[in-house]
Amino acid sequence: MRRSAVPRIILRRLVAAVPLLLGVIVINFCLIQAAPGSFMDVMTSDSQVTDPAMIDHLRQVYGLDKPAWMQLLHYVWSIVQGDFGYSYRQNQPVLDAILERAPATLLLMVSGLALAAVIGITAGILASLAVGTVWDSVITGIALLCFAAPSFWLGLMLIVLFAVKLEWLPVGGLQTIGGPDGGGGMVLDVARHLVLPALSLGLFYAAFYTRVMRASMLDALRMDFVRTARAKGLGRARIVLAYAARNALLPVVTILGLQMGTVLAGSITIETVFGWPGIGLLLLDSVMSRNYPVVLGILVLSATLVVLANIAVDLLYMRLDPRIVLR
Amino acid sequence: MPEGLRRFARNRGGLLGAGVLLVVLALALLAPVLSPVAPLRIVAPPELWPGENPRYPLGTDSVGHDMAALLLWGARATLLVGVSASLAATVLGTAVGALAGYYGGRVDAGLTKLTELFQTIPNLVFILTIVVILGPKLSHTIIAIAVVSWTPLARLARAEFLALRDREFVQACRTMNMPGWRIILFEVLPNALPPIIVLSSLTVASAILFEAALSFLGLGDPDVATWGRLVGEGKELIRSSWYVSALPGVAIMLVVLSLNLVGDGLNDALNPKLRDR
Repeated sequence: MRRSAVPRIILRRLVAAVPLLLGVIVINFCLIQAAPGSFMDVMTSDSQVTDPAMIDHLRQVYGLDKPAWMQLLHYVWSIVQGDFGYSYRQNQPVLDAILERAPATLLLMVSGLALAAVIGITAGILASLAVGTVWDSVITGIALLCFAAPSFWLGLMLIVLFAVKLEWLPVGGLQTIGGPDGGGGMVLDVARHLVLPALSLGLFYAAFYTRVMRASMLDALRMDFVRTARAKGLGRARIVLAYAARNALLPVVTILGLQMGTVLAGSITIETVFGWPGIGLLLLDSVMSRNYPVVLGILVLSATLVVLANIAVDLLYMRLDPRIVLR
Repeated sequence: MPEGLRRFARNRGGLLGAGVLLVVLALALLAPVLSPVAPLRIVAPPELWPGENPRYPLGTDSVGHDMAALLLWGARATLLVGVSASLAATVLGTAVGALAGYYGGRVDAGLTKLTELFQTIPNLVFILTIVVILGPKLSHTIIAIAVVSWTPLARLARAEFLALRDREFVQACRTMNMPGWRIILFEVLPNALPPIIVLSSLTVASAILFEAALSFLGLGDPDVATWGRLVGEGKELIRSSWYVSALPGVAIMLVVLSLNLVGDGLNDALNPKLRDR
């Protein structure tokens, strides 16, 4: 990959993503139209706004006295400008309410995925090296179980074991109330709160990566370059890690990117279980209080995140495998 | 396909999964006989531990519903949602994929973009949004799950149709001036079906997990007892009576695991080319 080509590729992919995001906004618009009540009711989440100036402002922003297709254009335009409406429940613009919660969710997602990648890749390599033995069956069996268990239920069971019975870890929340505020103490405190949610979110993906990594390692170990490396007299560890695993990682990386949306979705239930103050809890609260602007804002922003993640994965993919040339 | 059936019978995991599913299905169908009292009726003191009272072998929940009855009736709702949503997703996905793969060109480009669009929105976010707008009802749950589940099926069907559309038997039909819909439905589709059936069975598993998550969050149909809802109700009791959450969760895991095993078994049996992968 020529380094100078990268910005151009990114730009081209971003441009290609525009119609996709427009499509998401149109779906959003259709959902608003399908909701009971007028556009105004939806966008103010039935808060019975009585301030005539506000009503007038909204009428203008969304073009409510114009035909539906003009309303759509108004809606697209306001979203492109970053205006997702106003949340009366949080008393702040929707965008601010969502962005405020984003770091907690991103922290959970990244830790969950990192945990899943480490566990899954390690377990997959171990299983592929022990193929056909008891160890292989044990690893594959546990992976099958974790793959079938709902993550929110796993979370509850982990709470029962590690927080209620053993009392090793906190039951929920982001940090101890009245605990250390700032510095290393706070980092440690948050990390302790993060272990169980990240594990609950990550185990499903760990199971998935284990299966993919095992299969892809078995393929890689049969390749000619591995035989060559062995013929050269390289050590077993070096062959497995530097040669086979490096190549076997490709499918895992692709899947990692494709699953960004599912991971985000998974964090909704996990955040509910652990009272983790992220976008998932905000979404659930908004769903329960029929706070449509926030729900729709999360829909658009999370789709955007997925699109960006896909572009990032393509670039990473290209770096890992020089044979792949992206248009 | 006796040959395929024989191959499936050799797959131990698949057989085990099929066995478990048959038992669960029988229990679900027999729920009105085994437990004639409506599950959402209070029959005993709350939080009776499993085994504490022989009349209620699995104990009672936070308000005194019979856990065994809840699980039995929950199986009905859970299986109904899983199968219906997967069926709807399969029909929709196959239709989109078939049109895209068979006609190609602009139809393909448009439908592929549409598929990509639906894949961009995080699934559970989409489901929650649809359910909150339509309102919590069992049929709406099924619709919402189908809306997020059809895309992989469409991709698969497209690939199959793309591979089949220029084969001789299809060309022969075309020279006979057979209408496109007849070729798609009666000539190409039967040949494309095996991998679609496999993915469809795996979609039942994911649909059950979606339903569980939705009910767990308290957005299921308020009149229907499902396993996910029971896990959610048990959440408040994990300090005292964690079995209320644990039991339905085990049931979900068992059914999903069985469906996955059956899917793997079917895959081996119906797509012999893909074996040993």
